[in-house]
Amino acid sequence: MSDVPALLVAVPILAGVVALLVGQWRARAAWAVAALASAVQVGMAGLLAARVLGGETVSYEVGNFPAPYGIELVVDGLSASVVLLVAVVAFGVLLYSRVAGPREPSFHAQYLLLVAGLSGMSVTGDVFNLYVFLEITGLAAYALVASGESGRAAVGALKYLLVGTVGASLYLLGVGYAFIVTGTLNMADMAAKLGAEVAYTHPAVLTAFALIVTGLAVKSAVFPLHTWQPEAYASAPDSVSAFISALVSTVSAYAIARMIVSVFTVEFFRANPVAQDLVVGIAGLSVVAGSVLAVTQTEVKRMLAYSSVSQFGLVVAAFAIATETAVTGGTIHLIGHAVMKGGLFLAVGAVAAATGARYVSEYRGLASRRPFLAGAVAVLALAMVGVPPAVGFVGKWYIALAAVESESWFIAVVILSSTLLTLAYFARLVERMYFASAPTAAAEPAEPTGPVPDAAVADGSGEAAASERPGTPDRVTPGVVTLVIGVAVLAVALGFVATEFAQLLQQTLPELLSP
Amino acid sequence: MIDLLLTRYNYVAVVLLLGIGTYMLIENSNLVKKVIGMNVFQTGIFLFFITAAYVEGANPPIVGHGGHGGPYVSPLPHVLILTAIVVGVSLTAVALALVVRIYAEYGTLDEDVLREVRADE
Repeated sequence: MSDVPALLVAVPILAGVVALLVGQWRARAAWAVAALASAVQVGMAGLLAARVLGGETVSYEVGNFPAPYGIELVVDGLSASVVLLVAVVAFGVLLYSRVAGPREPSFHAQYLLLVAGLSGMSVTGDVFNLYVFLEITGLAAYALVASGESGRAAVGALKYLLVGTVGASLYLLGVGYAFIVTGTLNMADMAAKLGAEVAYTHPAVLTAFALIVTGLAVKSAVFPLHTWQPEAYASAPDSVSAFISALVSTVSAYAIARMIVSVFTVEFFRANPVAQDLVVGIAGLSVVAGSVLAVTQTEVKRMLAYSSVSQFGLVVAAFAIATETAVTGGTIHLIGHAVMKGGLFLAVGAVAAATGARYVSEYRGLASRRPFLAGAVAVLALAMVGVPPAVGFVGKWYIALAAVESESWFIAVVILSSTLLTLAYFARLVERMYFASAPTAAAEPAEPTGPVPDAAVADGSGEAAASERPGTPDRVTPGVVTLVIGVAVLAVALGFVATEFAQLLQQTLPELLSP
Repeated sequence: MIDLLLTRYNYVAVVLLLGIGTYMLIENSNLVKKVIGMNVFQTGIFLFFITAAYVEGANPPIVGHGGHGGPYVSPLPHVLILTAIVVGVSLTAVALALVVRIYAEYGTLDEDVLREVRADE
């Protein structure tokens, strides 16, 4: 039991190698290995979460080298929630990828490597170890984005790689500054030394904070550092964009929270109110800019990608406000967003596989052709907007409450306007699906931007076009529809358990937030 | 100010490397040169760590063979940078693999040409 934090990283890595080897013998067996490893991961994460959410903290010393000299893995309520999220979403998307592909053994090996990297980022208690896991996550994510068949995926992945590497390098530079002034890499030790031995207003500490937050903000795609993200999400295969959109940015945002809350602590903000105002300000800008950019998109996956820019702005703002309510709200929104956005990408992928529709204009009358898929998209979209009782509402509610409590009126206004803007781009989709008639042979031409194949729009049935469209080789099975509907139900159901979860979380948080 | 720059010339070199790397990443339209720019940028950071660990007149941190005594150079940044170099090499490998695929697909390494080709797609 005490080895579980290490196993969370080791099991997926080993299983990835096994999947690759087994795949040489029989390609389909790689999926089975990945599914088994993923199921084990869910079990381990569940066990750990059950133990830790009571307020206990599990610590593991890698190789029996005592902290702060050795690498320490630390799991508290916050990290256990993220680990569980990673495991569950990875398992869900893996089920989907069985139908939607890609199916090569190398895909499953990379997939498990990504799970290992994400779990590692969540459980590590060492700032340099975090950098290593950040890059493992990055490497796996770049390769997964490139696993699409088109050249477009390769271009998107290279752009992602160049920007992502600069982000991670900035983080490493920040770690360098922090290491020079504190002489330690252990998060808890560094926090103690920053508080006791080094002034929070020391220039090197300020530089370290700026570099670390900027580097991680690149990875979680906060405006204006989001430029890699839309192309990467839009060009990746559907299962990959669902997985990456749900988890990679999420865990990077968790890392920002970890650095702000556990390493630099609230005291740092009290000593440097300007730093706090800057982070909150940029996050607020990200919320508005992401939404505005999302409204202007014609391709559905790009629209969802820009929507992520806006939602992560909200999460980062919550962590930067750094009160108990704000961090609770940020965590709930982080987890809720992962479920909703992952679900939306799955649903959109299923719609594309079923009808070939990839542009907003092609969603006309989808409700009458594919009522279940359209229903799931609509429910998830409304959950994202923040319609109660879905989980999107609960997260925003807590963040708004915290903004009012701490009198950050800027963020309060931003949350309200972002809700309207979120409605603006999702309403467009819902309106097309439910209130526009299905396209007929004499349908008006699709929106001019982007390479819209006329066949899919003008064909009427849309079904025939699907099989000719490259990149969507499969039809939608009942299993996929069930999965998508299940995620939609989960997004609503999570809203009901979110208050319980907030109470569990608040047993961990006071310890983190009080110096 | 001049004094500060002269005594901290190692940091000036690091900042120059970071600047050159960033400039290559942004300004060069050739994809391979972009990857090299990324490498230069990372190398700047590696050297930053190593130069920060340097102690004037200190011995290498190797105990035994009589033992030197006195101050030792901090070994930890060197070890960290070994790890970071490995990460950098794998990133370069993945980046170059992607560049090869882009070349096979579009027949060009120039970003501007690539943009035009893809706009026609």
